[in-house]
Amino acid sequence: MTVARIDLRRLFKSKDYWIPMGFLAAVFFVIIPFGLLTVVTSTTSNDLVNKIGEVIQTLPGPVQQNVEGVGPQAQGAYMLAVYLLAPVAIVVPLTISSAVGAHAIVGERERGTGEFLAHSPLTIREIFFGKMLASVVPGFMATGVGFSVYSLLVNVKVGPLIGGWFFPTAGWWILIIWVVPPFIAVALSVILWVSSKVRSTAAAQQAATLVSLPVIMAAYAVSSGLLINPVLAALGVGVFAWILAILGLLSGSRALSRESLLGFGGDG
Amino acid sequence: MPTAIEFSHVTRRFGDVTAVDDLTLTAPEGSITVLLGPNGAGKTTTVRLTTGALSTNGGTVRVLGKDPATDGDFVRAVSAVVPPKPALYDRLTGWENLRFAADIFGADHAAIGPAAERFGIDHALDLNVGGYSTGMRTRLALARAVLHDPQVLLLDEPTAGLDPESARAVLNLIRELAGRGRTIVLCTHLLHEAEGIADQVVLMGAGRAQIAGSQSDLAARFVTNPSVILDAEDRTMLAEVATHDHVVSAEWNGSVHVRLTHLDNLPDLVADLVAAGVRLTRVEPDNPTLETLYFEMQRALGDRA
Repeated sequence: MTVARIDLRRLFKSKDYWIPMGFLAAVFFVIIPFGLLTVVTSTTSNDLVNKIGEVIQTLPGPVQQNVEGVGPQAQGAYMLAVYLLAPVAIVVPLTISSAVGAHAIVGERERGTGEFLAHSPLTIREIFFGKMLASVVPGFMATGVGFSVYSLLVNVKVGPLIGGWFFPTAGWWILIIWVVPPFIAVALSVILWVSSKVRSTAAAQQAATLVSLPVIMAAYAVSSGLLINPVLAALGVGVFAWILAILGLLSGSRALSRESLLGFGGDG
Repeated sequence: MPTAIEFSHVTRRFGDVTAVDDLTLTAPEGSITVLLGPNGAGKTTTVRLTTGALSTNGGTVRVLGKDPATDGDFVRAVSAVVPPKPALYDRLTGWENLRFAADIFGADHAAIGPAAERFGIDHALDLNVGGYSTGMRTRLALARAVLHDPQVLLLDEPTAGLDPESARAVLNLIRELAGRGRTIVLCTHLLHEAEGIADQVVLMGAGRAQIAGSQSDLAARFVTNPSVILDAEDRTMLAEVATHDHVVSAEWNGSVHVRLTHLDNLPDLVADLVAAGVRLTRVEPDNPTLETLYFEMQRALGDRA
């Protein structure tokens, strides 16, 4: 906890980190949803409304049941709010957490503070999980705040059209609480492993991007599917992701050593 | 005196480079050991092997009877290292840096203030370390090192680039901790700083302890012709001193620096000079400085090679 606390303290004082990340969260959770929902709820174009209706007809039955009895505009806004923008919930925390995780260990080496940690009585596992926690927390905080703001925005803009506040749905809760965390843990276990191996922050960030992309894509696909058929599939995917995450974290923690904190990469 | 640190035939390689090669040395508890040697001699690697931050490729290390490879948590909890670069978090204040160390080493937060005051950094604890000067950073690193009252203190070039006040703070710390029974290892190539404080001087080269001993022992071994300083009321009467049987050479430098065949011959020299009517005003051993000793040892090693 000590390592995590000090890393978070440093992060909190780094405006050059959290201002861009805050902007990223704002773009995904507020600006884009607000723009799209405004267009859909205020459009007077019959053509657009008809196209939305056609798209809804292609969706699975259970999804269509959620929007029965309301007009095409309300249906479109509902679908947009609940299904199209949902996977954003995983993109934002992953991006934010991977940005922190990428330089979590290599940054210690670059600053020379890895020497202090290497000579300290902290165990390698304490250091690794401290770094892990410090990488996860900013992403989750952004998700929590962004999710709350997004919920408010969706309910205010779309709620009146479908007869009241409806968000978050059951699928969203499962996604946020059960599915997103292990996906982030999987990505971070790989990113921290990379961070303990590479020689510079720049290399770590590049590697983190390469690692994050497939995870984001997988998570996007999975979360989109889960929202359509939430409960059982989500629970199953969650269990699988958690197992993967635990294995990844255990393996990632083994990649870190006092020698790698000193910059020797554990060789020789 | 029990042994605090013991290296026995320790080797550490980095790829094809052997940083520490069959190193054997001991540091008794409560002693000050100075590791001398040029860059690349293996001093920093020795420090890192002591805490178990690096593992060995062969040989054994013991710190207070424990093996850093298997009892590293104990060894690191009772040790402190001050590296050449102070290893501080620039975005945190001095106080936050010290609190972090106190939490890690299980020290009381109440120790932070006195430690900072001791090294004259208490006035800057609320400032971010990024704005500190080199001297302030080293003072903070020293304060951090003593927070948990370590039994073993490893100082790796701690005075590099320091102002005289900060350098003196380091040397005072060393003397004070050794006075309280703590074991100190100081790595340096600044010979004048180690002058007079070392219980044991270890000359390192190519990863080995080439020569070890107290400064006086080493002087006796490596300075073959001891030197004394003579002066007289009438200095002209010392003009012929170089021709004395027991004198190897004499140099005039205000007073006369006389190199003797052996220190035991000094009473005879003094008696002969007095008998010759010389009224001596000064007879003083001219102990070799650590710098003189260092180059004598290096020369001896060169001859041996």
